[in-house]
Amino acid sequence: MMRPFLSFTLAALLASSAALAAESEALPPPDLEWSFEGPLGLYDRDAMRRGLKIYREVCASCHSIGLLRYRDLRALGYTESEVKEIAGQYEVPAGPDPAGNTVDASGNLLTRPATPADAFVAPFANANAAKAANNGKVPPDLSLIAKSRISGPDYLVALLTGYGEPPAGTELAPGASYNLYFPGHQIAMPPPLSPGQVQYEDGPEATVAQMSTDVSHFLMWAAEPKLEERKNLGLKVMGYLAVLFVLMIAVKRRVWRDVH
Amino acid sequence: MTAHNPASPPFRNPVIRWVDYRLPVFTFMRDHLGDYQTPKNLSYMWNFGSLAGIALVVMILTGIFLAMHYQPNVNGAFASVERIMRDVNYGWLIRYLHMNGASMFFLVVYLHTFRGLYYGSYKAPREVLWMLGVLILFTMMPTAFLGYVLVWGQQSFWAATVITSMVTAVPFVGEPIVEWLWGGFAVDNPTLNRFFALHYLMPFVIVGIIAIHLWALHMHRSNNPTGVEPKGPEDTIAFHPYFTVKDLLGVAAFLIVYLGFVFFAPNFFTEPDNYIPADPLVTPHQIVPEWYLLPFYTVLRAIPHKLTGVIAMVAAIAILFLMPWLDRSPVKSARFRPLYRMFFWIFLLDCLILGYLGAQTAEEPYVTAGQIATFYYFAHFLIIVPAVSRFEKTKPVPESISVDVAAREGRRPRRGVGTKKKEEVA
Repeated sequence: MMRPFLSFTLAALLASSAALAAESEALPPPDLEWSFEGPLGLYDRDAMRRGLKIYREVCASCHSIGLLRYRDLRALGYTESEVKEIAGQYEVPAGPDPAGNTVDASGNLLTRPATPADAFVAPFANANAAKAANNGKVPPDLSLIAKSRISGPDYLVALLTGYGEPPAGTELAPGASYNLYFPGHQIAMPPPLSPGQVQYEDGPEATVAQMSTDVSHFLMWAAEPKLEERKNLGLKVMGYLAVLFVLMIAVKRRVWRDVH
Repeated sequence: MTAHNPASPPFRNPVIRWVDYRLPVFTFMRDHLGDYQTPKNLSYMWNFGSLAGIALVVMILTGIFLAMHYQPNVNGAFASVERIMRDVNYGWLIRYLHMNGASMFFLVVYLHTFRGLYYGSYKAPREVLWMLGVLILFTMMPTAFLGYVLVWGQQSFWAATVITSMVTAVPFVGEPIVEWLWGGFAVDNPTLNRFFALHYLMPFVIVGIIAIHLWALHMHRSNNPTGVEPKGPEDTIAFHPYFTVKDLLGVAAFLIVYLGFVFFAPNFFTEPDNYIPADPLVTPHQIVPEWYLLPFYTVLRAIPHKLTGVIAMVAAIAILFLMPWLDRSPVKSARFRPLYRMFFWIFLLDCLILGYLGAQTAEEPYVTAGQIATFYYFAHFLIIVPAVSRFEKTKPVPESISVDVAAREGRRPRRGVGTKKKEEVA
């Protein structure tokens, strides 16, 4: 019973799903410029705040971002009270009250407003609820989406702007949309963004391209929140090592002088 | 190994003298780190041994701190790694140091190994030293693989499934063995638990083998670029300060490369989809091991028969054990072996090609290319090296290390330096 299964798995895996790759030829995403690229590149706070707005008003209706906590939003430049205010707009299970009840008189879970220490509230209570509402497939969590795809942020922008009409003769699965950049070209997510969908308080016009770039910027931060701390420390360490390296060359030459 | 050298002057510090009389640890350090006589012509290619040691220490230290925060449980493993990355103080640094440290460890060990192949460091009387080195390489691979699984991302899980399933190739008992390895009928929580335990254990096994590797090294000491053994004090210098300083310069250069990746391209060596939590129901588009295992992965895939493929993969490393006996040439260094030197570079190129092919999908022309490269890999050891060592016309080797050094610097040999202490004592 197990042996054929294992042999099959191994054979299938070793074949590396070459066939799959061939039929799902997706276009490589265009190479975009990002402020966070390069050894000195940092995040753009305005872009991230706009991206957060898009996440909260558009993406969050289906996608969770469970590795983020509201307190992490301080990195976007929000004050402590602003973060509290944002968190307070969401409800989380409150746990047992002093009497030990976790449900109210009608049997509903007791809830309380979220605090900065809480994780971002997910749109669905559990995976099955997410599946039931989304054609049988859980919309992926977005916490690491910008790091878990090849050329992450570029890919996300390409995907969000890559919807179009399928070429003649292509039959789409029920509920699927045609996307140039998605492997296999058939994506379960309908085009999420339309021009002006989000009201930007200031800054650029809310075109689909602009919104895609902003939300990808935000998602890159969500995936790699320590990027700025890392590069900042890295520059100091590299400076130290450069001096150490030069000094060590001098010391080595001095010590070896009588050998050469 | 620790025999007290009666000719050494006594230590001046009475406390050191008292301790040393009872436990000659200071004598040991002087004989093996201080006065230890080393060929004076070692090039920077001899830095990679000490760098490998430092890489291992970094891996063990960062690993211990990671283990304090990691949860070896299928429901919590991935999230605990992300917690380390986000919430643990400098957790991102410790984790990136460990993740990139594995690549750096393999990089320096491969360079160390190729240096040995180039300069004939495996030849008499250093066969056991060489074989212990191959054993270290052999032990590093499963250790690295186990660590890769602990992340419990998509690549972790499916790499674990593929690699452990190879055991089913063993005739008759393969299936019971793989179920015993898994602790169940698939890669699952018991598998992750034991992988964590073994991943914590293996580095200390490596430390043990390294101790014996160094013991064997200090028996006949380092080979050198000429391959000619030291003939007298004029050929050698004391390890300290000459090689302590030179090794530390190497460390500084190594850290610039290593930390350059850690701080500015920490995910350079990893597959993006290992940031997707393991899902037994979704197979990734491509399952690839880390770069340092790719050449062996190509060997595995080059052979259509499962059991033979697994044997070939193991043999690809194990064949290194035989190098001292496959190469019969009396000349060690490739500097004086023009034919061997040419085939050495072709072999290195073949290894790089094998690595490149390991990352490609299993389709033409990669499959055929992988088979040719695999054939050449084994042919190098089994046909080319024995034949070359038999028919090659070697160039004359220098009379001694100091003669060679003087010739290269264009002046006459002079009395060795850095040996004063020894001469005074004598």
